[in-house]
This record gives sequence, C-alpha cells and structure tokens, in this order.
Amino acid sequence: MQSAGEALSHFLGLPIPGPVLGMVLLLGVLQFNPMQQAVAPAAGFLLTHLSLLFVPVGVGVMTHLDLLSAYGLRLVVVIVLSTWAGMAATVWVLKAFKPKAAQAVDAAVATQPKNTRP
Amino acid sequence: MTNFVELWVYLSSAPLFGLTATLAVYVMAQAFAARTGYAAWANPVLWSVVVLACALLATGTAYPTFFAGAQFIHFLLGPAVVALGWPLWQRRAELRQRWGRLLLAALAGGTTAATSAVGLGWALGLPTDMLLSLAPKSITAPVAMGVAAQIGGVPALAALFAVITGMVGALSGRVLFAWLRVGTDTQGMMARGFALGTASHGIGAAQALQDDADAGAYAGLALGLQVVLAALLVPLVARLF
Repeated sequence: MQSAGEALSHFLGLPIPGPVLGMVLLLGVLQFNPMQQAVAPAAGFLLTHLSLLFVPVGVGVMTHLDLLSAYGLRLVVVIVLSTWAGMAATVWVLKAFKPKAAQAVDAAVATQPKNTRP
Repeated sequence: MTNFVELWVYLSSAPLFGLTATLAVYVMAQAFAARTGYAAWANPVLWSVVVLACALLATGTAYPTFFAGAQFIHFLLGPAVVALGWPLWQRRAELRQRWGRLLLAALAGGTTAATSAVGLGWALGLPTDMLLSLAPKSITAPVAMGVAAQIGGVPALAALFAVITGMVGALSGRVLFAWLRVGTDTQGMMARGFALGTASHGIGAAQALQDDADAGAYAGLALGLQVVLAALLVPLVARLF
C-alpha cells in the first residue's frame, strides 16, 4: 500500500509523502470486508510497536552533536515552547467547541454539591 | 575482557548488530518503563536512544554501521504510517460526528506549533535552513523528513527535531494538561490524546496509548490528520515566503 502510494505520489508529482497517500488509499480499500480482516492484525502489530520504530532515527541525534552544542539551548527552548503552545492550542479549541451535551454534563458536575456522595 | 572486545568488534561489523542492539535495548527500556508504571520520565524511546547513542559513541561505532542493521526497523515506519488508517477507520462514526471540531483543533494546534517554532527560532537568530527544518517538527519523523526536503530544510535535522518534539510532548504532556485543567474523564482523555498526537506525533501517541485507550486512539487520529494537513499546507505556506 505504501509502495502504491509512493508510486502514485511520484507519478502525479503530488507534494504528499508516499506513506500518507498510502494511508488515504487504505481508508478507501477498507470499504471492502475481506480487506479489513487482512489489515487488522498487521496494523495492530505495527501500531503496538510504534515507539520502537522511532529508535533508529532517534539515535541519529548523535551525528548532529556539533550542531546541538552550537545551538542546543536555543533549539531546546524553541522546541519545548512551541510543543506546549501546539498542545495548549489544540486543547483550547477542543474545549471552546465542546458539544452542547458535554457542556451540560460538565455544568451539572460543577454545580453538584461536593457532599452528596454517600 | 579482551575476549569481550574481540566479540564486540566481530559483532559490530555484522549488519545485524544494529538490529539486535536496538531490539535488545528497547525490550529492556520497555521492561524498565513497565516497572515504573509507565512514568512519563521512563519513556522507552528516550532511554533506548540515550543508551544506544552512548554505546555507539563509547565504542567508536559509526552511525551508518549501526543504521545498516537498524534500517530494518526504520523501514517499518512507512507501513506504520499507512497502518494509522486503521484506527481512523474504526472510529469513522465518531469522526463523522465531530469532524469539524477535530479538524479545527488539528489546524489550530498544528499551525500554532509550526509558526511558534519558526517565529521563536527566528527571534533567537537560528539559521534559515534550521528554521525550515523546524517547521514540520510536529509531524511524524518520516513525513517530517519528506516535508523538510520539499521546503528546503535538512531532512536529517527535521527528523531530529521531530523526535525531540515527540519526547518533549510525551514527557511533559501530563503536567501541562493538569496545569491546563484537562480532566481525566473520557472527554478529557480524548482531548489529551488528540493534543498529544497533534503536537508530538507518534512518540506522543505511544505515550497516550500507554495512558489510556481512548487517548491513544485520538492521538493516532490526530497524528494522521496532522500528517495530511501538514503535507498539504506546509509546502503551500513555504511557497509564500
């Protein structure tokens, strides 16, 4: 699927990486029942070990130690702050556009007296 | 001791050394994380990377030698991105309901992360190619590399920044969410997972998955959305400058 995506992306000159296109293709193919049974165990296996897959790239950090020592502190500041900003913005939007029902539940929970528990 | 050194020299010249070392260290890091009850600071990716990098530096093994073996694991990242389609498919009903809200949150989080990184980096006087490599840092590493290459950044740096971003999110997520008063009920877990996936991709998602199944699912969804959004938008935005 990835290679199909890779090929498609290459031929169409699309600015989308192959695996991403592969994911979209997978969503299309999953309409068919037999495909679901074939995909489920493979996808489950890959995703449970997702963090392992980042280790080889991560170790590549050691090849850039010179850059890191030159800009290290500034890079850390930039990365940490922007990551927090990104997470905060996401949470904020999710809260601001909470469905009405969930808001009502929240309000009910908030106004409930604390000593009603038996 | 000399026996050990000879053995090491022999093993490190074999291509499978990188693969075996990665797997062995990761299994140990995972076991360690499990013992601490999956505490954020015991993140298995972080410790595997630290241990492996130190071992390579201490023994003078070059990174390409290591990567010759470890590439078998690295290769799986591509199919893993494809596999992210599966949790999306499983939650298609929910998705259809909350589509607008989630898309808006993904857009807000993604653009905030990218623009604040580039803006702050620019303010601190980082060189341009570094700034361009910072832009896609909230996307999963293999895609970040591709995006960076397209907009004129350095792929290796982009992968590095993406991995660090992932670790920052995974390590500090819990504290940040508690501070922002995001609950630990289903709704709160959903928001936590979605934010982790948005800002710190696969490593954040792996952490979310260990915290809670709902959080993990939404993190996977967020990371998938981020990949699609970023792949479409970042080159477009970069063209404007």
